[in-house]
Amino acid sequence: MKGSAFVSTGARETALRYGGPLGERFDRAFQYWALLPALLVLLTLTVFPLIELVGMSFSTVSFSQGQVIWTWSGLDNLRTLLRDHVFFTAIGNTIVFVVVTVTVEAVLGFTLALLASEVGRGAGLARQLLMIPILVPGIAIGTIWSLMYNYESGIFNVALRFLHLPAQSWTADPHLALASIMVVDIWHWTSFMFLLMLAGLESLPAEPIEAARVDGASGLQVLQYIVLPLMRPTILVAVLFRTIFAFKVFDEVFLLTGGGPGTASEVISFYIYQVFFPQSRMGYAAFLSVVTILTTVVLVAVYLRAARRREALA
Amino acid sequence: MRIFGPRSAVLALPVLTVGVLVTLIPFVLTFLTSIKYQIDILTGAWVFRPTLDNYTHLFFSLQSNFVVNTVNSLVVASVATVLVVVVAGLAGYSLERFHWPRHTAAIVAGWVLLFHMVPGVTIVGPYYLLFHALGLYDTRLALILSYLVLNLPMAVWIVQSFVGDLPTELEEAAHIDGASNVRTFLQIVAPLIAPGLAAVAILSFVFSWNEFLFALNLTATNAVTIPVGIAKYAQQYVIRYGDMSAAAFFATIPAVIVVALAQRQIVRGLTLGALK
Repeated sequence: MKGSAFVSTGARETALRYGGPLGERFDRAFQYWALLPALLVLLTLTVFPLIELVGMSFSTVSFSQGQVIWTWSGLDNLRTLLRDHVFFTAIGNTIVFVVVTVTVEAVLGFTLALLASEVGRGAGLARQLLMIPILVPGIAIGTIWSLMYNYESGIFNVALRFLHLPAQSWTADPHLALASIMVVDIWHWTSFMFLLMLAGLESLPAEPIEAARVDGASGLQVLQYIVLPLMRPTILVAVLFRTIFAFKVFDEVFLLTGGGPGTASEVISFYIYQVFFPQSRMGYAAFLSVVTILTTVVLVAVYLRAARRREALA
Repeated sequence: MRIFGPRSAVLALPVLTVGVLVTLIPFVLTFLTSIKYQIDILTGAWVFRPTLDNYTHLFFSLQSNFVVNTVNSLVVASVATVLVVVVAGLAGYSLERFHWPRHTAAIVAGWVLLFHMVPGVTIVGPYYLLFHALGLYDTRLALILSYLVLNLPMAVWIVQSFVGDLPTELEEAAHIDGASNVRTFLQIVAPLIAPGLAAVAILSFVFSWNEFLFALNLTATNAVTIPVGIAKYAQQYVIRYGDMSAAAFFATIPAVIVVALAQRQIVRGLTLGALK
């Protein structure tokens, strides 16, 4: 089928099959026009905007009487970037955010998946219920947690007061704001890790595990020497995928802290948004965007190469 | 599969149950808040008189735009979903089953992957200018187009994976029997990959329904969707917690329906989107 070099047929059969010579031409090019809509969408809505983004990043973009005015500004945006402490704070916070949330989510998700596969059939319901947070709007989750973090009536402070401990300003205290958002992210996305890990565990071959058990290996030994090595590809991909998405965190920051107090919970996506829209510095925001895109690409490439090398050695 | 032997479930089940409870309790609390009067919310009362006032206010008050937001969300998510299924169905089939020069396939796949990885906020700025220039700012069409692009990578991967699982013999047989490429696709392939197309449709709808960043920056008043509407509640001077929690709870309904009705398709779709 691949290549689809179909044998050419007689005129009568052609007419039957395609309803005429034009229909035949149309049908032979099926492979091309089937891809065409997707290509058009990608060209107009991904390639073109990215070219525009690069152009903007060397410009100052301003609005005047409904007109957009681009002024070439060379490397001005780079100079601004080098003096921009907030951006570097945002990078630092984002790194902390990504490393902590993805690690905790991976450990929790893997543990829950192990438990679910021990429980066996009854775990179906757990899987179903744990799927809900993944599919709920980030903004709704931010709202749900802002009610729980509420100083007066939120569940956390109610619990603290009940234990005669001082109530906390979860999202307004500079020492707690970023951590509070990380908790929300972990709650939101551990389910996703769980789903991926459980899918991985369920596709493991049964023979080596059974053989090891027959040979008298303990549960922990099976886990360490058989399950974990076999699960490595799944874990690497799951961590990569979540890392890419944790890097984009926006909704919860927008709703819970707005990057504050001060810059305590400023992260890259939110900062770029602030520069783009509330501050209307589109040229500079575009420059930050280009830097972010390049960094993402480089980091993913490095990670994939490292993962592949370890696979080769293993 | 048991790794820790026959008695492990005795320990595993309670821990797993705790995990599930931690996941569900925030939703329960939100629902409880949504049926309280503001006074009961502020005092944190556990015993209270339930009320549907917040929902009534959300949908029927003249100060509330929530009905308009809901219509916008439904229209945008539905139209985007139909477009995603058609465009990705055709593209995924073409990429998976026909011969493409190696570099063409690699460039398309690499580009799609790159676009899927970069933070959305980097694209939304150019979109803002583009849609302003086209006169589409604050229209549903701008959001429909955005969500078509945002969901396309995942959708094409899912379709490719389902097409890849089909034996080619069916298509060969159809062709020998005189079916054209179009007919083979519509009458043989499409029905067989229906579960995949269903996964694409469900996930596209849910993700479009949920999306916030693009909706926030590409709309102002006319095309505002539910997430942006909810965010506006949170920014008011005196926050109406009841309305806010009612809106948040309402916004989670599609997720719950989908999990109840189509969990198998979603699991495959979600894991595929990631493991690709």
